[in-house]
Amino acid sequence: MAEHNSATNAADIPSAAQHDAPDIIQVEGMHKWYGEFHVLRDLNLSVRRGERIVICGPSGSGKSTFIRCINRLEEHQQGKIIVDGVELTDDVRQIDSVRREVGMVFQHFNLFPHLTVLENCCLAPVWVRKVPRKEAEQTAMEYLERVKIPDQAHKYPGQLSGGQQQRVAIARALCMKPKIMLFDEPTSALDPEMIKEVLDVMIELAGSGMTMLCVTHEMGFAKTVADRVIFMDGGEIVEQGPPKAFFSNPREPRTQKFLEQILQH
Amino acid sequence: MGGSVMKPPVSRLAPVQWIRQNLFSTWYNTLLTLAVGWLLVTSVVPVFDWLIFGATFSGDGPGDCVGKGACWLFINQRLNFFIYGFYPDAEQWRVDIMFALLALSFVPQFIDRFPGRTWFGLFGLTGLPLCGYILIPGGWFGLEPVDSSKWGGLMLTLVIAYVGIIASLPIGVLLALGRRSEMPIIRGLCIVFIEVWRAVPLITVLFMASVMLPLFLPEGMNFEKLLRALIGITLWQSAYMAEVIRGGLQAIPRGQYEAASALGLGYWRRMGLVILPQALKLVIPGIVNTFIALFKDTTLVLIIGLFDVLGAVQSTVTDPAWQNVATEGYVFVAFCFWVFCFGISRYSQNLERKLDTGHKT
Ligand SMILES: Nc1ncnc2c1ncn2[C@@H]1O[C@H](COP(=O)(O)OP(=O)(O)OP(=O)(O)O)[C@@H](O)[C@H]1O
Ligand SMILES: [Mg+2]
Repeated sequence: MAEHNSATNAADIPSAAQHDAPDIIQVEGMHKWYGEFHVLRDLNLSVRRGERIVICGPSGSGKSTFIRCINRLEEHQQGKIIVDGVELTDDVRQIDSVRREVGMVFQHFNLFPHLTVLENCCLAPVWVRKVPRKEAEQTAMEYLERVKIPDQAHKYPGQLSGGQQQRVAIARALCMKPKIMLFDEPTSALDPEMIKEVLDVMIELAGSGMTMLCVTHEMGFAKTVADRVIFMDGGEIVEQGPPKAFFSNPREPRTQKFLEQILQH
Repeated sequence: MGGSVMKPPVSRLAPVQWIRQNLFSTWYNTLLTLAVGWLLVTSVVPVFDWLIFGATFSGDGPGDCVGKGACWLFINQRLNFFIYGFYPDAEQWRVDIMFALLALSFVPQFIDRFPGRTWFGLFGLTGLPLCGYILIPGGWFGLEPVDSSKWGGLMLTLVIAYVGIIASLPIGVLLALGRRSEMPIIRGLCIVFIEVWRAVPLITVLFMASVMLPLFLPEGMNFEKLLRALIGITLWQSAYMAEVIRGGLQAIPRGQYEAASALGLGYWRRMGLVILPQALKLVIPGIVNTFIALFKDTTLVLIIGLFDVLGAVQSTVTDPAWQNVATEGYVFVAFCFWVFCFGISRYSQNLERKLDTGHKT
């Protein structure tokens, strides 16, 4: 994958990770199966408030499955996931309360095509958080400005470019004022010139102290904003560490091989 | 403005040119054109002769129908019966109000610029049935009760079709959602309901409702024949509706469900705000198709002794005083059905156009 030069670099984004506060996400001994297929094996992960984590790994290694478990789009069968003090179980109310605090951005945007950009952004605040519509629209406009497309507010998603749609998707998630943002390959369905506009928004977000978990192959982004890079393969966390160490001298052979492939490409 | 604004090329030909190019370009095309033209003239002219030019429209009785054309006088004289059945003359204003409200709700839908037309439409779906429930049977607010056995004609057709349409849509939605539910009991019940009702011909449903149901009901719990027929038709229609809607639900990509879930929307909000609006829009043609089919199937109530517009006409065309008015009668019935079915169809096209947001995901 190409590395994208952005205006910011690692030095500009100081880590916002809080060391004293309790961890916002705790995953302990988590396993998941699809039928007979063991997708996730014994995952353990603690994420501090404000920490920015990039997850990478070869295709089919379970990255998407893993972050989708964190807001229970997929359910795990063994182990524990605790998000902001709430354990994810079958209890629908707990799941919904976790989902309110966790925003998610998908590879294919998944905007609601029957609603305008503004309505997309207001839907959840109005119906889930019970924010008055006026206020929700104001907040939505603020976030749309932050992702630099306030002028598209009254268009339908179908009338926007891919990059614009993805920025709307980010704004839509932010309108719920989440504590955590999950990104699942947010740029991999985009043309090269649109990747940068989305990454810039994400970098700006990282600078604001948001806790972020991001599955991506954008290694430039990882170097710029990540506090920690996690490498997954075959459903396991193979290696993790701060980006500098991770990229300059990976310990595991599998990591080395992956990095060779992805960086020379 | 600069002269560089380019207009799309105009491909319309002048009528004469068009005719020459399409109809008379070669000698055999000319021959074909003439042959088809002759066929049209020889068949269409007599039809119009019968329908209009040679037809009798007014007069005092059967004796006035002497021309070669249609005897519309017959329809004219029996119109009251064809529209209201045996509904008492003095109370027919109540039905007229309902006709007016029906027009008021739906005519604005065809006029794009009509102010507040959505509200008229919403009234048609909510207030209108309520008004009908109060006005037509009466018995409320000092209105004289009119027994449902006296209802008939076009008015009965509309009552049955309207109730069937309005009630089957929400029930169909619930059944469709139920059939896709993750809860096995709910899913199972919905599947059984849909498969049983859908596999039974409407005639059977009507027979069961009118003849067999009273046998099973306890003594004294006998409710009206029309109501039983309405319930039967509604349930039968819901089963069809459910399958049409399920098709729409299945066409919505998984990402939409996931995005709605990830935002913290619960099941009903997810369905009501995100999935159903898209799914229903997608299957408007299918829904309208079933509505039109139902509208015409209402004629089957004839066999349980309810006189809808077809029944009303059929019972009078055999009147010995009038000779050979069957064709006129059936043409009239066909015309009534065509007007409403065509209206439904146009309305749905209107709706599709209005709801189009230019993208399918
Ligand atoms: N619904 C499912 N049923 C069965 N197997 C699945 C399902 N979803 C994913 N898998 C399998 O689980 C494994 C992990 O999938 P996942 O989508 O998490 O991979 P990924 O790391 O995100 O890959 P990519 O980089 O291609 O997105 C894959 O082998 C995939 O085939
Ligand atoms: Mg993936």
